[in-house]
Amino acid sequence: MTTDKPKKTVSWRKSIEGRRAIGIIITFALLVPLGVAFVLPFIVMVSTALKPLKQVFAFPPTLIPETVQWQNFPDGWYGYGYVDFTTCTWNSLKITVNNIIGNLVSCTLAAYAFARLKARGKNFFFAIVLATMLLPNEALVVPQYVLFSRFGWLDTHLPLMVPPWFGWPFFIFLLRQFFLTIPEELIDAAKIDGAGHVRILMQIFIPLSKPALATLAIFAFIGNWNNFFGPLLYLRTPNVQTLPVCLVQYQGAYGNTEWHLMMAVATITVIPVLLIFIFGQRYFVEGIATSGVKG
Amino acid sequence: MFRRIMRPISPSARREERIFYLFILPWLIGLILFNAGPVFGMLGLSFTDWRISLDDLQFIGLDNYSKLFADPIFWTSVGNTLYIVVGRVVFGVSFALLLAILLNQKVPGIAFFRAVYYLPTVTAGVAVALVWIWIFNPRLGILNHTLKQIGITGPPWIHSSTWVKPSLILMSMFSVGPIMIILLAGLQGVPKELYESAEIDGAGNWAKFRNVTLPMLSPVLFFVIIISVVSSFQNFTEIRVMTEGGPGESSNVMIWYLWKHAFVFLNLGVAAAVAWIMFVILMALTGLQFRLGRRWVYYEGEAR
Repeated sequence: MTTDKPKKTVSWRKSIEGRRAIGIIITFALLVPLGVAFVLPFIVMVSTALKPLKQVFAFPPTLIPETVQWQNFPDGWYGYGYVDFTTCTWNSLKITVNNIIGNLVSCTLAAYAFARLKARGKNFFFAIVLATMLLPNEALVVPQYVLFSRFGWLDTHLPLMVPPWFGWPFFIFLLRQFFLTIPEELIDAAKIDGAGHVRILMQIFIPLSKPALATLAIFAFIGNWNNFFGPLLYLRTPNVQTLPVCLVQYQGAYGNTEWHLMMAVATITVIPVLLIFIFGQRYFVEGIATSGVKG
Repeated sequence: MFRRIMRPISPSARREERIFYLFILPWLIGLILFNAGPVFGMLGLSFTDWRISLDDLQFIGLDNYSKLFADPIFWTSVGNTLYIVVGRVVFGVSFALLLAILLNQKVPGIAFFRAVYYLPTVTAGVAVALVWIWIFNPRLGILNHTLKQIGITGPPWIHSSTWVKPSLILMSMFSVGPIMIILLAGLQGVPKELYESAEIDGAGNWAKFRNVTLPMLSPVLFFVIIISVVSSFQNFTEIRVMTEGGPGESSNVMIWYLWKHAFVFLNLGVAAAVAWIMFVILMALTGLQFRLGRRWVYYEGEAR
């Protein structure tokens, strides 16, 4: 290890400004290529979506299509035998919107209770929230499948649309953390005015928590829109399928996948997520940071 | 303890308590119906031979487990899962840390880069998994084409049993967004004074990283490792879309093994046994996080 002894003549490289400039150059030398790598999958997707099939299989591969074939988008949307993407999109949208609302309602109630109400047994139940927070649904899929088949819910949207109304530990935790930061004085003032807990929640907590609620809505949107496991498991008939499942049906069983059309539809399905991400980026980053460290 | 519970409380406190339970009721019902119930049901199911219908349940004791442990493919799937877990922890977490350190630099345009680095995480799903099949294409894929430009003959990636797991790990490194952000928040939480006093002691960049950043970051790092282990068990989409457990059994992971037994071979008893094993592993990890990572959970909430 070298220790910098103060020298009489400081070279530019060692000077404070020089060091800072070199630091910035090194940082950008890493930031930019990595950034290119991170957007490359999208570029590949969009460029494939714009090529005629013959060009997709041309060697050597190119990123910029020689001829742009916009027709891939309508062809992909309507083109594949029994898969109708209009229906799939509608199904995905319906499930996603329902699940966002369900999650927001059920998690807000539980988070308020855990953040602001006193009750015996509260710590015990909160410990359960924390314990189940990291548990992925995949581990419970077998018994849940049995349960929902007993309910007669297979091949309907119910196994996907009902559970979100019963809370989600990760969201409850996130919202509770946010609710804890709302000043006690506001609640006391409302109580003096004779407000009950429902009114305090509706008139103070919800308006003040818009950023946190937006974060949850964005998380829920992306999670549900991209959900593949659940729909694949519970849905059979083509007309109840969601987008991700419709999309994999484009994969040809014998390697004769129409890549250009599949990538066109893939691009369309990714656009809503991209838009939500671009506009909600700030909420997103804050929400995740809260889950990890501040909490 | 009994006396404490029976302690008389005021009517207003009792009312508050009632509201508390009313508010957590949806979550509580969901917990019992969709989580706790299934978990115990799963344990019960794992001791039965369930093939066609639930009315035909036959208790077979530990048969499913002994069948499972005797199946070499099960052990392959455990080994493959472990391979991916280790790969994602070692490469994924260090890569995320590198990204977080870069994003913590004070240079212009950093918010833009943060968004770009996070992008592949939000779009992770079927669409992007399909793109990766194309990227990994040995002849026409952009990856091997780029490698060729610099004089390297690329491997066959997901089409080879030796390369398929490294391929999946490489792909997962593109969606380290959440852990990158958590690490970034952790880095920003390291008190500036510590760096200043280290500088006074003449510490260089590496010494500062080694002696200040890493120790201060350790609870966050620990949490992030747990998350990446847990998410390594959730890679169903990639496996289903990209490899279907192949070539051979080389990317058959536990969740894929479970899926095949449950919904392809229709042997839910064996699948329930696998699920129960996965559940125990995941709960043990959560428990570990709880015991060692208390700081992460309580810091802000309880301080008030």
